Amino acid sequence: MARSSVLRSTAWLWFLATVAVLVVGFRQAIFLVPMEETMGNLQRIFYYHLPHAVLGLIFPYVNLVASLGFLYWRRRDPLKALTADALAVASAEVTVLYVGICLGTGMLWGKPAWGIWWAWDARLTTALILWLIYVSYLLLRRFSPAGQIGVLAAVLAVFAAIDVPIVYMSIQWWRTQHPAPVFGPNGGGIDPRFLPAVFWNLAGWAMWGIFLIAFRFALERRRQIAEQDAALQALEASLETPQ
Amino acid sequence: MKYFGHVLDHLRKDLRLEWRSRDSINGMLFFVLLIVVVFSIAFDPAGYPTTTRQISGGILWVGILFASITALNQSWTREQRNQVLEAQRMAPSPASALFLGKVLANMLFVLVVEAILAPIFVIFFNLQVLGNAWLLAIILPLGTWALIVNGTFFAALGLRARNRELLLPLLLLPISLPAILMMVQATTGVLTAELDPIQIRTWITQLAGYDIIYTTVCILLFETVLNAE
Repeated sequence: MARSSVLRSTAWLWFLATVAVLVVGFRQAIFLVPMEETMGNLQRIFYYHLPHAVLGLIFPYVNLVASLGFLYWRRRDPLKALTADALAVASAEVTVLYVGICLGTGMLWGKPAWGIWWAWDARLTTALILWLIYVSYLLLRRFSPAGQIGVLAAVLAVFAAIDVPIVYMSIQWWRTQHPAPVFGPNGGGIDPRFLPAVFWNLAGWAMWGIFLIAFRFALERRRQIAEQDAALQALEASLETPQ
Repeated sequence: MKYFGHVLDHLRKDLRLEWRSRDSINGMLFFVLLIVVVFSIAFDPAGYPTTTRQISGGILWVGILFASITALNQSWTREQRNQVLEAQRMAPSPASALFLGKVLANMLFVLVVEAILAPIFVIFFNLQVLGNAWLLAIILPLGTWALIVNGTFFAALGLRARNRELLLPLLLLPISLPAILMMVQATTGVLTAELDPIQIRTWITQLAGYDIIYTTVCILLFETVLNAE
């Protein structure tokens, strides 16, 4: 996966550690933690839903930092800018994945628990809009002409990151104006007996998310380097052509 | 002050070009009329008068949104003919002046269309504004600005992309969702008088805040987009 063996060993160790943490988390969530009173065993899906929701709010900011880095280094140090761009696309894709899983697990939980697949309450609407914004980011990357993908995507990432708090505030105001049923864990926090499952799963899915981003980043870097090599070959070939 | 001179020059150029062909405005006017008719068939204002008033804010803004997208899609194409865009890039005036000029031109076109749309809408939907109708004179421009400023920027963003015309709504709609919420809530609040003046004022303030934030971001980032190659 990496050209140096240090990176390769680190990647393997991280992967194995992640699997170990996820296994412990699974055991905690499914077998060890006591059953919740009102919803029974169905509530255990929460231990998968919560980490994906929390991480889905953090990875967009990784994307923002990487995009700002790209814009900063674009003229000053193009190679650093390329690296930043690779990180931006990797974190955007993992954001879409995590927020998508958050929405999916939420729906799977909601239907048996409350009888409906979806409710336009504050939290769900905000998560959906977050997902839509980052899908549009990936679409822009796909549709842009080759030389401009990084710049255009970085600009959209700035717009997206500014929009996230605006979306959150406006939808909160909308839903407190017309109170709608509030879904999710009961306000007031989580019973301490459930905390081990929450922490282990949060740690495990965070490690997994970091692993995925790093893997995707490495893939993107390989693609960029291959592109550069191809461009260099084309340049050299054109220089050799007899005039 | 020279900056505003540049903005005015760009504005005058766009207005003059539009006046000569009047493609965009005519297309938008007819499109908007068709949208009102389609929505009338879809939602039957005569059969459900109370529901109609409650959803009319949303319908009005969806209509304006679709009409704006048709105008925005072609607002940059006139810069692509005859390599005008390259000339613009080489011009010493700041790129954001070009952007602001174009936003103001698009804003004027859409406001003209809204001024004609609103009475048609009131007629076909038998609307009576139950709240303070003068508030609509603030809400409509603020909401339109939110759509146009982001729309003009994203139209420029996708200028050299393939599927350019498809890309604009795909980029514009997610980012504009909070603004659409604010403008629809404010408009419905005024039309149905179901919201307190304080709540309506909060929506208007949020919308104004959205406009200021995104106008600033667009002005700051336009140069990057124009020189993306």
